[in-house]
Amino acid sequence: MSKQDLKKYWKENLIYLAGLLSVWFVVSYGCGILFVEELNNFRIGGFKLGFWFAQQGSIYAFVVIIYMYIRLMSKLDKKYGVDE
Amino acid sequence: MSAQLWIWILVGVTFSLYIGIAVWARAGSTKEFYVAGGGVSPIANGLATAADWMSAASFISMAGLISFSGYDGSVYLMGWTGGYVLLALLLAPYLRKFGKFTVPDFIGDRYYSNIARTVAVFCALIISFTYIAGQMRGVGLVFSRYLEVDINTGVLIGMVIVLFYAVLGGMKGITYTQVAQYCVLIFAFMVPAIFISFQMTGNLIPQFGFGAEASDGVYLLDKLDGLQKELGFHEYTSGSKSTMDLFFITAALMVGTAGLPHVIVRFFTVKKVSDARKSAGWALLFIAILYTTAPAIAVFSRVNLIETVSNKKYSELPDWFENWEVTGLLQFEDKNGDGLVQYVADAKQNELTVDRDIMVLANPEIAQLPNWVIGLIAAGALAAALSTAAGLLLVISASVSHDLIKKIVKPDISEKGELIAARISAFLAVILAGYFGVNPPGFVAATVALAFGLAAASFFPAIVLGIFYKRMNKEGAIAGMVIGVLLMLFYMTKFKFGWFGGGSKEDWWFGISPEGFGTFAMLVNFVVSLVISKFTPAPPNNVQEIVENIRIPSGAGEAVDH
Repeated sequence: MSKQDLKKYWKENLIYLAGLLSVWFVVSYGCGILFVEELNNFRIGGFKLGFWFAQQGSIYAFVVIIYMYIRLMSKLDKKYGVDE
Repeated sequence: MSAQLWIWILVGVTFSLYIGIAVWARAGSTKEFYVAGGGVSPIANGLATAADWMSAASFISMAGLISFSGYDGSVYLMGWTGGYVLLALLLAPYLRKFGKFTVPDFIGDRYYSNIARTVAVFCALIISFTYIAGQMRGVGLVFSRYLEVDINTGVLIGMVIVLFYAVLGGMKGITYTQVAQYCVLIFAFMVPAIFISFQMTGNLIPQFGFGAEASDGVYLLDKLDGLQKELGFHEYTSGSKSTMDLFFITAALMVGTAGLPHVIVRFFTVKKVSDARKSAGWALLFIAILYTTAPAIAVFSRVNLIETVSNKKYSELPDWFENWEVTGLLQFEDKNGDGLVQYVADAKQNELTVDRDIMVLANPEIAQLPNWVIGLIAAGALAAALSTAAGLLLVISASVSHDLIKKIVKPDISEKGELIAARISAFLAVILAGYFGVNPPGFVAATVALAFGLAAASFFPAIVLGIFYKRMNKEGAIAGMVIGVLLMLFYMTKFKFGWFGGGSKEDWWFGISPEGFGTFAMLVNFVVSLVISKFTPAPPNNVQEIVENIRIPSGAGEAVDH
């Protein structure tokens, strides 16, 4: 792999990380802690929304984030020919 | 069949299973001992990581903890799962590509310094020992409650079992026993949860059940909020901790999770980088099953408890109340002598003391489930405690035999010699852990929080900077780790044990509790590392090449010992 390609590969990787970690931050610290009171004015079934995010939603989102990452990275690895 | 017989049968069967696996998968080389030969499949590693991670505390105590703290308990749920996102995205793939055996291996090589390596070994040892003492205690507790043996005998039995398969099997044996232990513990956790969810709400899925309506048509959570208020507790779905503190505690637990050596080392056992990513995904999925069920159990058992005991005649309480009173986990003192149980927030009038562990342990009895479920809980709790203890034990033994003996003290030691050293240090570590299990230091609860704080304040910044910042040098990393750890130790001992003049809640810096201080210490570590590295020479070229190399997934090969 050339230096040029390595730089590009790494940059794309960092962009994915920034995107996914922003989602990670928003669902947990955002919805579950900082804006929990505002969200608690809404409900899904018996759950207040903020409470649901703090005890359920954020965890589901974490699982989805990791699976998104696996998919994005395996595509990226293929694109640059660094997969195994 | 009686519950006691079921307990003996289920515990006996699962224990023979673990021992059988250990004999089948014993380690023959250091590579098998440290990283299971480096050929574990992503799903198996995900299962093993989940069992490794979920300790006696997750299985027995967490649901109860949430049950008593309501929304505030969310910090544990988010903190102990969100860390896996950091682990998967920032650490696991790169450390796997680096391809060594331990965390101090990475720190020592990346920062081209045996001082850095020694600091890392020291951190790994404190973190693992504080953790393992709690596990052995958990094993002892479960034995004493369910098998009616003395708590110390319980610890001893646990020691022998762990010793057997950790010393014999190393990482290889542990990996496959952990796979079995995950299956046992998740089944044991889910069965009562599903039963109770169905009983209380008619919904088979606990994750949905606790947001559903109870038999009287009121949403369960609204009903609980009402009950809590009536008795003077804070509303279940809203918290009492400050937003700032919630934020810091969650962050400390997340970052601490990502920095725990016994979790990180599991990702060295897979074949390639993409497998490391995948197994992080599997691990979190398997963990999430328990972690999304725990808050449901918390609500069910809280409602059950209040409805069963509050303002009821003591003489007419169900049998389980007396069973658990004997163990001391439930205590009733009729202060006003009216023969009724007053369970209220006001400490002066409250007559009932409930240990949080009871919320999981007594669940089957409270919900009148069949006897085999009680046996299942016993087997599950033991699986959770043993799997975590074994994982920690391996980190301790590898730190001593590989990082200290092989890398620092006696580099010319033979493979065979190192393997013997690894087994001896595992043996000694079990003895020491067992000693702490029998004579628990009074600060065990406090030190678990300390373990997370320390992991956050030490390893996490050093590893992340080592991967993402090529210019980071040994001066910066060592200074950062040392200052981060010392700051964390200072704050913890000051506010938990009253050293350095002690202090109360009002004296907390920026209102941050000792549990959340790891986040602060981590930030200090980052700042110190960056500033110091700016004023000291860049790392040598070959180290910068290592960093470039770990950023590319291909060519990871197997974990190699140079």
